[in-house]
Formats: sequence, structure tokens, C-alpha cells
Amino acid sequence: MVVFDKPHALSDMPMHYCPGCTHGIIHRLVAEAIDELGIEGRTIGIAPVGCSVMAYDYFNCDMIEAAHGRAPAVATGVKRALPDSIVFTYQGDGDLASIGTAETVHSAARNENITIIFVNNAIYGMTGGQMAPTTLPGQVTQTSPYGRDTNHCGFPVRVCEMLSTLDGPEYLERVAVNNVKNIKNAKKAIKKAFQNQVEGKGFSLVEVISSCPTNWGMTPQKALKWIDDNMIPYYPLGVYKDRSAKEAE
Amino acid sequence: MAKLTFKTDKCKGCGLCVDVCPKKVLALATEKINIKGHHPVEAVNESECIGCAFCATMCPDCIIKVER
Repeated sequence: MVVFDKPHALSDMPMHYCPGCTHGIIHRLVAEAIDELGIEGRTIGIAPVGCSVMAYDYFNCDMIEAAHGRAPAVATGVKRALPDSIVFTYQGDGDLASIGTAETVHSAARNENITIIFVNNAIYGMTGGQMAPTTLPGQVTQTSPYGRDTNHCGFPVRVCEMLSTLDGPEYLERVAVNNVKNIKNAKKAIKKAFQNQVEGKGFSLVEVISSCPTNWGMTPQKALKWIDDNMIPYYPLGVYKDRSAKEAE
Repeated sequence: MAKLTFKTDKCKGCGLCVDVCPKKVLALATEKINIKGHHPVEAVNESECIGCAFCATMCPDCIIKVER
């Protein structure tokens, strides 16, 4: 009996991510959700700019590459032109929370029926570890070598909390992938985000706290521990909005 | 007994699977190098494997297949 194998929606292409980067885990969780819902044939993914810019090579469904930050806008167009398709975007924090803030906020406010997987690793990975909008106060990066100074650079953006103030979104949850228990919870959240779209419920965003061992300057093991010690206290895990569940009460 | 299969050439030697294994079944092969130039993971103690698939759950590159 096979207990675990690569999901069909994930391609055989070797991933270009650094050793120990949790992008691979999140890719797999998305592919598992697509497999379990049986929607591979009608799924269209939107790849971002950032470390996951080549995500189109790693999924077996149709994929489109969007300009930096514009993935929710492209997803809106695809979903409105092809309402039967299942459209998801896969974006990092530099893409979704920085240059793409407008697209993110307005697609949420319009309650577009799309699924967004938001990977938050508190740093710009692909460009070499510069400070991102989600970089923690005091965190050392290439452009904040003495730690993020909040007097000068302001405070991090908590995307789930920010979007939860809007009436539009259907489902917002923050999860992490730094241990087996959190990965199982992340899988449930990602599957639910896709299920919501299949049922036509509307905008679903899952924020996944991820690690960046290379740019944080740590071993993969230490990076996972750093998530527990620093990231999760600042970005608490949990469901920030679930409109259908609230209405059912 | 559970059976583990590795796509060794895709392994990047991050060691996350080694740390998460409750039975210490896995180790990085310090004497071997794969096509990417990493020390790949191998099962040093496969008879102890309980097939929990924690290693495969944690693997970022999806190289481990677990059968029971």
C-alpha cells in the first residue's frame, strides 16, 4: 500500500529552490489539493515574480506568468472569461504585499472567486535577501544590516489582519509549514481555499509562513526553529475570516 | 515493514527528513554525491521504519515514496 507519493498535479521537473526551502512543500500541498478535488484539467495557475517565478514548470495544470504583483488582476480576468475554470495565484511577500498590494486589496474587496496562496518568508529571496514589507522589526537583511529600524522603515504588513477588515473576502487563514503538524493544518487550509472556489463562495487567501535559510543565513533546521521563535509570535496562525462558517452559526 | 524509495538525484541534502524521523532511519550519505553535487539522503536503518511518512511530508523536493 502506498502511504505517500508525489501528487499527479506536481511535475517531475527538479525544483530550483535552495536546499531546505519550504516552497517545495507548499507546491506539493497545492498539487495535493488539486488532485484530491479532481480539478487538474480545469485549473489555471498564475505564477508571480519572485523565487516562485518558475512555478509554471512545476505544476501539470495550465499556468500563466503575470507581471510583478499583478497576479490577482490576471486571475480576475481569467476567472471572468472562463468562469468554469479554477484559478489560483501563487505569490510571495515581495509580490503580493509590496508591489501588488493594490491588486490584492481590490480583488479581495470585490470578492473575486479566486484562490490566493501567499508565501510569507519575511524577505526578498530571489533578489538576494533585501528587506521586504513583511520583514520583522530588528531583522537583519542585506538592506537593513543593523536590523529593521521601525523609526526609519516602518512596521511590517500583516496581510490577513489587513484584509479581514474588508467585507469582501470569504476566507482568510494563516498557516505555517515548519513542522509536520503545521503542514497538515496548512494542507487543510489550502484544500478549503480551493473547495470554496469550486463551490463559488468567493475570495480565499491562505498565507503560508515559509522559511528562507539562504537569505536568513541559517541552516534549514535553524530556519524552521526561527519561524517558531520569531515569525509565528509576530504573525499569529489561525483563521482570520470564514464568512460561510460565521453565517452558519 | 515499510519500504522507502528515494529519487536520489533530486535530493538537495537539506536534512529536514533526517531530523523529523522518529526512528532515526535516515541519514545523509557522506560518502556519496548525487548529480546535483549534494550528499543525498539514504535509509541506514530501514528495518526500523514504521511508515509514518513524516520524512516525505517534510521533504521540500518530494523525493520520498513510502509504502507499507
